[in-house]
Amino acid sequence: MTEAPPVAVYVHWPYCSRICPYCDFNVVRDRGRAAEQAALAAAILVDLETQARRLGPRRLVSVFFGGGTPSLLDPEALGRIVERARTLFPGNGPAEVTLEANPTDAEAARFRAFADAGVQRLSLGVQSLEDSALAFLGRNHSAAEARRAAETARAVFPRLSLDLIYARPEQTARAWRDELAEALALGPEHVSPYQLTIEPGTAFGRAVERGRWRPPDGDLGADLWDVTQAVLEAAGFDAYEVSNHARGDAARSRHNLAIWRGAEYVGVGPGAHGRLDLAAGRLATRAARAIGDYLDRVREAGVGWDEVEALDSSAAAEERLLLGLRIREGVPLAQVKALGLGPDSPRAAVLVEQGLIDIDAERIRTTEAGRLVLDRVLAELIA
Amino acid sequence: MTTPLDRIRNFSIVAHIDHGKSTLSDRLIQTTGGLTAREMTSQVLDNMEIEKERGITIKAQTVRLKYKARDGLEYVLNLMDTPGHVDFAYEVSRSLAACEGSILVVDASQGVEAQTLANVYQAIDNNHEIVPVLNKIDLPAADPERVRQQIEDVIGIDASDAVECSAKSGIGIDEVLEAIVTRLPPPKGDETAPLKAMLVDAWYDAYLGVVVLVRVIDGRLRVGQQVHMMQTGASYRVDKVGVFTPKTVDVESLGPGEVGFITASIKEVAHAAVGDTITDEKKRTSEPLPGFKEVQPVVFCGLFPVDAADFEDLRAAIGRLRLNDASFSYEMESSAALGFGFRCGFLGLLHLEIIQERLSREFDLDLIATAPSVVYKIKLRTGAEIDLHNPVDMPDPMQIEAISEPWIKATILTPDEYLGAVIKLCQDRRGEQKELSYVGSRALVVYELPLNEVVFDFYDRLKSVSKGYASFDYEIIGHRTGDLVKMSILVNAEPVDALSMLVHRGRAETRGRGMVEKMKELIPPHLFQIPIQAAIGGKIIARETVRALRKDVTAKCYGGDASRKRKLLDKQKAGKKRMRQFGKVEIPQEAFIAALKMDED
Repeated sequence: MTEAPPVAVYVHWPYCSRICPYCDFNVVRDRGRAAEQAALAAAILVDLETQARRLGPRRLVSVFFGGGTPSLLDPEALGRIVERARTLFPGNGPAEVTLEANPTDAEAARFRAFADAGVQRLSLGVQSLEDSALAFLGRNHSAAEARRAAETARAVFPRLSLDLIYARPEQTARAWRDELAEALALGPEHVSPYQLTIEPGTAFGRAVERGRWRPPDGDLGADLWDVTQAVLEAAGFDAYEVSNHARGDAARSRHNLAIWRGAEYVGVGPGAHGRLDLAAGRLATRAARAIGDYLDRVREAGVGWDEVEALDSSAAAEERLLLGLRIREGVPLAQVKALGLGPDSPRAAVLVEQGLIDIDAERIRTTEAGRLVLDRVLAELIA
Repeated sequence: MTTPLDRIRNFSIVAHIDHGKSTLSDRLIQTTGGLTAREMTSQVLDNMEIEKERGITIKAQTVRLKYKARDGLEYVLNLMDTPGHVDFAYEVSRSLAACEGSILVVDASQGVEAQTLANVYQAIDNNHEIVPVLNKIDLPAADPERVRQQIEDVIGIDASDAVECSAKSGIGIDEVLEAIVTRLPPPKGDETAPLKAMLVDAWYDAYLGVVVLVRVIDGRLRVGQQVHMMQTGASYRVDKVGVFTPKTVDVESLGPGEVGFITASIKEVAHAAVGDTITDEKKRTSEPLPGFKEVQPVVFCGLFPVDAADFEDLRAAIGRLRLNDASFSYEMESSAALGFGFRCGFLGLLHLEIIQERLSREFDLDLIATAPSVVYKIKLRTGAEIDLHNPVDMPDPMQIEAISEPWIKATILTPDEYLGAVIKLCQDRRGEQKELSYVGSRALVVYELPLNEVVFDFYDRLKSVSKGYASFDYEIIGHRTGDLVKMSILVNAEPVDALSMLVHRGRAETRGRGMVEKMKELIPPHLFQIPIQAAIGGKIIARETVRALRKDVTAKCYGGDASRKRKLLDKQKAGKKRMRQFGKVEIPQEAFIAALKMDED
């Protein structure tokens, strides 16, 4: 009997105690919503069960709690979700369970409880180790608090990843180099440095639109990218994805890697996306974004889906390409056949000549230079 | 229907934009009962949407008014509404030639403007009797005494008995009508002589086909008559004769001095040449009317569809417009940069703009227009002479003996405080000052300028340096030899044909630098660096570089972002249609338009 196909589970917990000005995820303030949170935790279990039934036998790769601030979730409720996922998708090895957390003292105090509930990997939203930058980014913690939280996490969880945000206004290459080194001194096995992106509809988006401040020019972003690659490589971290660096293969995010490689994933919680391979082909699902709507859907249909799109072969291949070219290993050509890409296709040949991609009979992958301009490379290959 | 000659007055109205020509026309029609109040839409005579919007007349219109004068007799007054813009100078001259007098309408607060001058001089050249009318007399700023003086000083006609009126408020309208009857001469003509009529204008009417506006000089024009066009040599049978009141009213015939229309199964407006002489096929008049000219486009540009798939739609739309406007020409053109399109010739810049606007508005077409070019005359070493409409067709410089370019005489009126800036602008554009005088507190400057320097953005620049106060008019005065060279723009080392132009050698560097700087702003960074150069022959005169893109990657892309990213790529796919692939470089269509609108100072 062949092994069941792998599946990853993404759980979206939309509550935050404060909304960060750069964030464009599906989030709400948590105040006065205790009863709703309990109802949502229960609905997530139902949603998960319904989707599992539709899928049939799958083997669990990972559970990822994202948000929002899933570290605000009651550890017991989290434990029930992990347990349910394990039961619904029995695996033959331990699944990776990741929790995103904010580095506040209050949350750090619950780390032990989360570990007991099954979390082995903590993704800590440190963002910066400078107080002035944290204030600019609208974070509700200090640099000292972030350091303490990281220390606690190291003691409690087997695996620790840190999120950082760079290319903040007036940031210098030298300061960023020092900040990165400080972050590494906290002992993470995995680092995700993201360039600050101004998204429309966020507080930053509105402020920039009104001309209150200007994001740094593209050159600073590129300079700091260079610093990031150099510092992390020297520290033994492998840039396995555009914004993800791991100390060794075992330290990579198995959950995200599965998604970048095109595996199926079940999304539960408001606004969560999923990709499911059913008999009819690959389905892209999105749960209702508003919490009330999500609860209604789950109550009525057993599943929180609001939009379900059947991807045709070229749409599916485009997704494979745009995700697969983010990771260094690239994409097997067999998975993007619908796009007609191969060593001989003229569109690819131009990019090979420019040193932006490598392509052979088996795979297409980006070079480091290519990953730095990936959005344009994709436009050349697809658009 | 016969009106005795002494009961007919044929007149036109000369005015600057906004001085109230259309309002006065409407008021005259209303007062004489041509239309009931309910039938009056605002400004009856300006038919086209664009005409209404811009307050200009593009096609000549005419209306026959019945007026019972104070002497107790009934008169027929034919108002010929003439195009108000210099681009249509020839059409204006024919309309004026069909009348014996003009009403000169001057805003009683604004006074005489450059356009008023050009038009009134044309009327004087046509031996018109002129009745000055001071309009908007009821406005607080009205200063009739000053304006009267101005008319006498600047135009040199007696304004002591200028009629004061307010077309808007209906003040003095009877006085205007009375002045038309008493002060303008009746037409002359001989009913017994062979038919001689002027073809004043022609247009296409959806119901009637080609409608020809005529003024009978001698003889009689009848339904059923076989007529001969003396310039085009064609013959037609007259199907219908009529007049505009302004509603069309059929009549049996038109006699000497009368104005009206005919239809004669003429297939295309292009077959009805403005200024042609219409005579009887069998009993022909001996001499055609003087002043006939074949319409010659003076400004050319390429029009290309933004989306190459719209080419056939563009062809159909241009064909349709041409049906009603014989004064623009077109032929197919293919450009390496822009694909298939048309090289079109226009009477001037306004005409060009109007056609472009009608194509996009009435036919919903997205267009790219290339740099407007004038008609250069090139004398080859072989002795042959060619007209160059498109810089792309420029012969090898080694074969060229001399190039000449059209020049204009520009009349500019500006408040004194902007005079320095206006003069600088004209000097910068290779202008030669011919006259500088004062009209009250305003300066009147006459410059001779190469048309090539004017077609780009002269009018916009003039408006900007004078804060909108300077007024401008021009006439073409002929070709002059100049030190002209072809300047090419190279993007990534390849010449972009749609951007090449002829420039004066002394201005090449400035213009070249302006072009490459503008292109640098407009071409987005690519994955490689892009040199942009301006060159004359093999010599680079200006260069800029679009730097290669350094970083362009979405920072976060997880499971939830894939759909969004895919949709973004789909949007980019659609956006690519609006770009022109040129070699390895994509040039946004805006670049072609914006590159030509440069701010120089």
